[in-house]
Parts: sequence; C-alpha cells; structure tokens
Amino acid sequence: MLPSAPTSTLTVRVLLFASYAELLGRDAIELELEAPATVGDVLDHLRSLTRAEALPTRPMCAVNLVQAATDDLLAQGDEVAILPPLSGG
Amino acid sequence: MYLTSDPLELATLVGQVQSASRGAIACFLGTVRDHNGGRAVLQLDYSAYEPMAEAECARIQVEAERRWECAVALQHRTGTVRVGEAAVVVAAASAHRDEAFAACRFVIEEIKRRVPIWKREVFVDGTMEWVEGGSPGQMGSGLEGQQNSGTAGKLDGESSDLITGKSDATRA
Repeated sequence: MLPSAPTSTLTVRVLLFASYAELLGRDAIELELEAPATVGDVLDHLRSLTRAEALPTRPMCAVNLVQAATDDLLAQGDEVAILPPLSGG
Repeated sequence: MYLTSDPLELATLVGQVQSASRGAIACFLGTVRDHNGGRAVLQLDYSAYEPMAEAECARIQVEAERRWECAVALQHRTGTVRVGEAAVVVAAASAHRDEAFAACRFVIEEIKRRVPIWKREVFVDGTMEWVEGGSPGQMGSGLEGQQNSGTAGKLDGESSDLITGKSDATRA
C-alpha cells in the first residue's frame, strides 16, 4: 500500500495578548493554512481581519514558547503567539 | 512559580536566597505608582503569556546565577495590582554587595525586556490604557526584537521603583 499523500494544509493555534487580543476581539484563533506556511502568513491573515496598519510590520512572535522570526516555517499543531510590546515590571 | 496572582512577600524571596556564606542581599521591588503622565492611577491589570513567561523567568535566573556567584529569586504579579502594592520583586544574594547589586539590576532589567507580560493602567476617572512602547525586547539570543507599536504607547508607563540594600555588617 502506498503511503498517503502529504496533506496540503496545516492547522495552527494563534494566541493573542493584551492590546492585540482587544484589537482582534478574541485571544485565540484556529487557522488552517496552505502548506508550507510561515509566521508571516499568520500575520497576513490577522491583518486581513483588522486594520492592516494596527499590527506592526514585524511584531514579536513565538512558536511553541520560543521567539520566532517572520519567515520561520510552521508545522501542524504549532502554537503561534503574537506578542505586543512587553510592559512587565 | 515565578508568576502569581497573590500579593508578593519580599521576606519569602529573601529567605530563598540567604545563606551563611552570602553576606549581601540586594532587593528590588517595583510598586504601583498613583500617577502616570499627569493622570491619577487606580490600579494596574497585568496579563501574561504564562508558560512562556515562566520559562523566560527561569532562564533569567539561571543566567544571573551563572554570571555572578549568587542566588537569585524573582516573582511577578498577574491580575489586578493596586497602588502601593508590589508588582515585581527580585532578591539577589552573594558573598559581597557588588555581585548582589549587579545581579539584582540585571534580573529586573531582563524581566522588563524579555518576559511576556503586559499591563493596562486603570485610571481613577475610569478610563484604561495598555502600556506599550518600552525599550524593544529581545528574548533568547540572535533573534529579531520587537518593534514599538504606536497604539496607546507611552514611554513612562512603569511601576515606580524602590531599591533596598541589606548587607551583613560582618561581610559586606
């Protein structure tokens, strides 16, 4: 039997915090993206949901709790967090 | 746990770092100030990306303890913190005060720079504003830092600072 063909989409969970959660009106979104997909594709999708200029060009992002760059590739089931400028302390 | 919604107790953190061989303990408390930018502040509401914030706090502790010969404890509040209460506490203990002060300073600066925590100011007049636009943060190493966003950005939106130093007279 032949191995099944690779799936052409992947699902990621996007987490939003603080002002970004307010901006999008929710703190988590499940996204189905066409593979291969990057962090930047998630950002493009978010921009289509709101005023595009409301998100910075390259906001701080994390994939599975580790800071990630815009062109990092995503895998099925990844947790992608979009982080507003930090203000702890 | 580095994050807690309970009031912070300085004595607890001091107890975690003090020992007979460490004659200097430097402590930092960041407390909620009653004003910011000329407006009267009622409270700060903190939120966090908790699993990542916990991991980042652990890394900061390890880095400080490797760089200086010291023991470090740190905690940050989440949820509502009222004026006068501590939002963040750091204690650093070393044989001598130079290392203790240096480690304490390093830890609070790294918390502000790297730990995914956000605060919203609630003013006495009932309005609220996310505090954003501090110095660009960069977590870990070699990765791009964040850009400052213009939304509700304020550079001076920080809790006030109170530094205390405690030295063992026989050692420091």
